[in-house]
Amino acid sequence: MAIIQPIAAELEPHPDVALIERVRAGDVAAYDALVRKYERQVFRISQHITQNREDAEDAMQDAFLKAYEKLDQFQGNSKFYTWLVRIAVNESLMRLRKRRTGKMVSIDEDIATEEGSVPRDLADWAPDPEQNYSQEELAGILERAWKGLPKGFRVVFELRDVQGLSTEDTAEALGLSIPAVKSRLLRARLQLRERLSRYFRRNKGSERNETRRIRK
Amino acid sequence: MTCKEFLGLLDDLIDGAVSAEMRTELDAHLGRCGHCEVILNTTRKTIEIYRSHEVYELPTGLRERLHAAIMARCKKGC
Repeated sequence: MAIIQPIAAELEPHPDVALIERVRAGDVAAYDALVRKYERQVFRISQHITQNREDAEDAMQDAFLKAYEKLDQFQGNSKFYTWLVRIAVNESLMRLRKRRTGKMVSIDEDIATEEGSVPRDLADWAPDPEQNYSQEELAGILERAWKGLPKGFRVVFELRDVQGLSTEDTAEALGLSIPAVKSRLLRARLQLRERLSRYFRRNKGSERNETRRIRK
Repeated sequence: MTCKEFLGLLDDLIDGAVSAEMRTELDAHLGRCGHCEVILNTTRKTIEIYRSHEVYELPTGLRERLHAAIMARCKKGC
């Protein structure tokens, strides 16, 4: 049973498959359900790439419209969301290109830096370090660290670690090889860790004070 | 195992993609190396923080507006 169960689970059709069948039969409301399900994630990917709210909105909108138009071309041998992300990435890169007056842009244009590949800050962090900051301060810290990351890393981290896609699906969605996804993910994780460490590292001074307090 | 080798397997360790045998080797290294233990714990925490705090949130009004635009165009046959 222990062996049979996972195999049976793999054969279960993805819930999107039924929705896609309904859309193909002309049910627009079924597409409505798909839009609602994925709009937030798609917007975030577009925002990560374009770094511009207006462009991200347009790219997201056009990605959903294009996916609707091209649904007949969707083979079903990849997941709908992976396919949708690929369209959204292309739409976002197109917006970026327009803004840069036709200059070629790609998702990995700014990843030449080796920064953060080797961890430098080896100090331990305070327990639950985010609780030492207000929600606003924390949002600022997370955004600053995030913006310092090359966008080719941001998108990989977003898909793998935030949205929970597999390495294979991330590679397919971004048109990258599996080793490229793995290498970018490691560097993204390490660079973000390094940047957050400046704020979250354990403050030795306050630790000493705390010890003194306990001794009293 | 050296720290460099540990770092090369950090992602697999975090993602639970290492064999039991490799896991034992990694644990043995962690038992000896405080720096790698810090790197592992703080990297895990980094992922957890970004997973629970959205960097770009879509305001409700904007979501509804985009949603309406998409549906209106789709109903016209895109």
